[in-house]
Amino acid sequence: MTSRSALLVLADGRFPAGGHAHSGGAEAAVRAGRVKDAAGLESFCRGRLHTTGLTSAALAAAAAYGLDPAALDAAADARTPSPALRAVARRLGRQLMRAARATWPSPRLDALAAMYPRGAHQPVVLGTTALAAGLDAEDAAYCVAYETVGGPATAVVRLLGLDPYQATAVLARLVPEMDQVAERAAAAARQGIDALPAASAPLLDLTAEQHAAWPVRLFAS
Amino acid sequence: MDRVSLRATARIVADADGGLPLLVSDGPLALRRTRAAGPYTRVTVVGAMSAPLGGDRLAVETEVRDGARLLVDSAAATLALPGRSAEPAAYDVRITVGEEGVLRWLPEQLVSVQGSDLRMRTVVELAPTARLVLREEQILGRHGEPPGTLVTRLTVRRAGRPLLDQELAFGPGASGGWDGGAVLGGHRATGQLLVVEPGFAEKPVEPRLLGENGAVSPLAGPAALVSVVAPDALAVRRLLDAALAELAPF
Repeated sequence: MTSRSALLVLADGRFPAGGHAHSGGAEAAVRAGRVKDAAGLESFCRGRLHTTGLTSAALAAAAAYGLDPAALDAAADARTPSPALRAVARRLGRQLMRAARATWPSPRLDALAAMYPRGAHQPVVLGTTALAAGLDAEDAAYCVAYETVGGPATAVVRLLGLDPYQATAVLARLVPEMDQVAERAAAAARQGIDALPAASAPLLDLTAEQHAAWPVRLFAS
Repeated sequence: MDRVSLRATARIVADADGGLPLLVSDGPLALRRTRAAGPYTRVTVVGAMSAPLGGDRLAVETEVRDGARLLVDSAAATLALPGRSAEPAAYDVRITVGEEGVLRWLPEQLVSVQGSDLRMRTVVELAPTARLVLREEQILGRHGEPPGTLVTRLTVRRAGRPLLDQELAFGPGASGGWDGGAVLGGHRATGQLLVVEPGFAEKPVEPRLLGENGAVSPLAGPAALVSVVAPDALAVRRLLDAALAELAPF
């Protein structure tokens, strides 16, 4: 078994990887009236978890499994048709890389950073970080699954003034599905790059492009 | 639905001289050579109306050889219908386009009828100089009807590298949240128009919004994807048609 404490350090929202500045599409969904309360947040998070959450978790698991990071980065590009979301994924990848190299120095991280000076896709960096921290593919997948719903839940507390207890209760209700998604993602990664899922969410892609054009916004994405 | 489930594979091979060395219909997938559209050899899929039913395994294989120009369309929308079998229906589209080949793949909508369960898989392999226009539209239920289960995956590789890989899953058999604010938000029609044009490498398409319901997105390779999420089929087609005229003058 891998170190639970290392997993907690990596998955902690206070890990300085820049994720707090992003709402995972929640800001656009709130503005469009698609998330108005805890129920709307739950259905938003559930949809995100089973689509881009699964896809990203599998990419991270594959990187932690030691598959070729360049091939994974290309697979991530193909799974991210929105140019705004590709830019966000690379920016977050670069920020995570900086924190990861300071936290768990490793030649693998150095090599990935050298290959993508402007940032590799965040899940690929996360999987490589997990490996450097002594974690495994499943740990990486769990980390992404949690981050997929934790980010929007925190953002919606700020955006709507939603009761933080209610937001945390949403996360708790999603726990069984987070487990399921992480297990599926890790299982797919074990079968190799051609088996990686490509589940996508049309509204997340579309609203990311809309959000990127807003003159004023609270979150970067 | 009073028939047993079936397996059928239709095949198209197009040559640079405008000929169709292979045009094979199978079962409900009837292919007809129809009046040419400009420089394109044209094939129309007719009679896919009665399929696919639950348990059916249908496939269309298309090879556009080096230098060939092919247009494939369909006479009517495809209805995914419930069948006797509890098994989902499968519809596989396999496409290869050779060097300097051009394919315009413009079928009518796919309608997911209540109680149906269809897995659609489209895999495209493009040579480095190949061009492609490919449209897919998913309509969730006939008018006023809840949808069946529809899972569609579109995988496009160019010069052996992944260009686009996208899976959509809607309806009662899909994972939770498919109709929530992250995925469909109550919309009942989606559409994608992919344009692959090697010239985009020098002159990339600019990202832009198509009103509230759509966006034109340059991909990481020389290609653009138009994605639309709208209340109905008509709204989807209107946006895709406007983008088609602009992005793919070939």
